[in-house]
Amino acid sequence: MTSHSNPDSASGSRLKIRKIATFVEETRTEMGQKVDPPTRRAAAVAVIENPYAGQFVEDLSELMTIGETLGELLTQRAVAALGIAGPTAESYGKAAAVGENGELEHAAAILHPKLGTPVRRVLGKGAALIPSSKKRGGPGVALDIPLGHKDAAFVRSHFDGMEVRINDAPRANEIMVAIAVTDSGRPLARVGGLTKEQIKGEDGLR
Amino acid sequence: MPEVQIRKKLISVEEIFHEGGPVAQKPLRRATALVVIRNPYAGSYVEKIEGFMEDLKPLGLEMARALVKALGGDPKTVEGYGKGAIVGSAGEIEHGALWHVPGGYAMREILGDAKAIVASTKKVGGPGTRLDVPVTHINASYVRSHFDAMEVGITDAPRADEIVLALVMTTGARVHARVGGLKASEIKGEDGLR
Repeated sequence: MTSHSNPDSASGSRLKIRKIATFVEETRTEMGQKVDPPTRRAAAVAVIENPYAGQFVEDLSELMTIGETLGELLTQRAVAALGIAGPTAESYGKAAAVGENGELEHAAAILHPKLGTPVRRVLGKGAALIPSSKKRGGPGVALDIPLGHKDAAFVRSHFDGMEVRINDAPRANEIMVAIAVTDSGRPLARVGGLTKEQIKGEDGLR
Repeated sequence: MPEVQIRKKLISVEEIFHEGGPVAQKPLRRATALVVIRNPYAGSYVEKIEGFMEDLKPLGLEMARALVKALGGDPKTVEGYGKGAIVGSAGEIEHGALWHVPGGYAMREILGDAKAIVASTKKVGGPGTRLDVPVTHINASYVRSHFDAMEVGITDAPRADEIVLALVMTTGARVHARVGGLKASEIKGEDGLR
C-alpha cells in the first residue's frame, strides 16, 4: 500500500501497470440490525497494458506470467488494505475486464493458469476453487467479482460478490485485473447450509 | 438532535504510475472515504435541519483521518481535496448541503488549517449513482496542476432514506500536468486563491 515504486520495474515481463486501486468496504448495519462484528471486504485492481491488443496471438504465455505476478501483488494489497494477516482471510474471488481491442481469452490467460498459486501462498491455504468472472467492456465498466470461502466452496454464508469499477479503465488497449478478499461472510447470513465451523477442508468443497 | 446512523463505509485508494506518458518518479495517490448514513429527514419536509451539521462533525473528522491514513499517514503529503454528497430519493438536495461545513472544516483542520475552499458537488440519486467529486489545491484554489476530480459511488447506496457522504484527498498534481497556470511552488497562501 505504501510502496512508491512502480511494481512493473521489478518483473522481467512486459507487465506495464498504469494504476492500482484498492477498495475496502465495511458494513455495520443492515435493515436496522447491527452487524457485529462488521463484515469487511477488500478488492485490489490493477490496470495494465494489454500486450496483445489489436492482434490475434496464438501463444498467450506472456499474459499467464503477468497473471502470476499480479496474483501476488494484488492479494498482498487487498490483505494490507484489510489490515489482516493473510491466513485469517475467509473468502476470495478474481475477475478481469478486457478493453475493446482485446479478447476474452486474454482475461482467461491472466486469471486461470498461474494467478491462483501466489494468491494461495499469501493467504496461507485456499483449497477451494477461486471463483471468477470476466468480460469485455469500456472505461467505467462494472466488474462483479464473485466471492466464495477459500477453504470450502460450499460454505453458504460466504457466497457473495463485490462490484468494482474505475471510471477511466479499461481503455481499448488495457486489461483490468481484480482480486477480492474478505474477513467475513455476508452481513446477517441466515439461509442455512454448510457453516464455516463445519469445514473439513480436505477437498476444497466441504 | 438526530443520531448519526452509519450503515457502511468504503475507503478506496488509487495509485497512478502514468497515463501513457513518462512513469512518474513518485506515483500520484488519490483516496476517497464514503460513509452511508440514514437521512433523518427523509420522507417529509423539515424546516429546521441546521442542527444536524453539528452532529456530523465527529464523522467528518473520522473520515478525514481515515483518508490521511489511507494515503500513508502524513498530513503534509496531502495537496488536493474535495467533497460531495449523494442524497437518496426520499430526501432533498438541501440535506446534501448539510455536509459542507462538517466535511470541509474537518479536512482543513486535519490538514493543518488548509486555506482554500473545499471544492464540492452533490446530487439526489438512487443506489449506484456515481458522483464526480471535484478536487483543487488545499491552499490555493487557482493552482492549475491540481484541478482534478474523482468519481465515487457505492453499488447499493444510497437507498431512498440514506445519504452517501464523500471526502477526497490527493497527494499531488495530475500525473502528466502540463497546461501552465499558477504552480504549487508559486502559492502566496494569503487568500486561499493564489
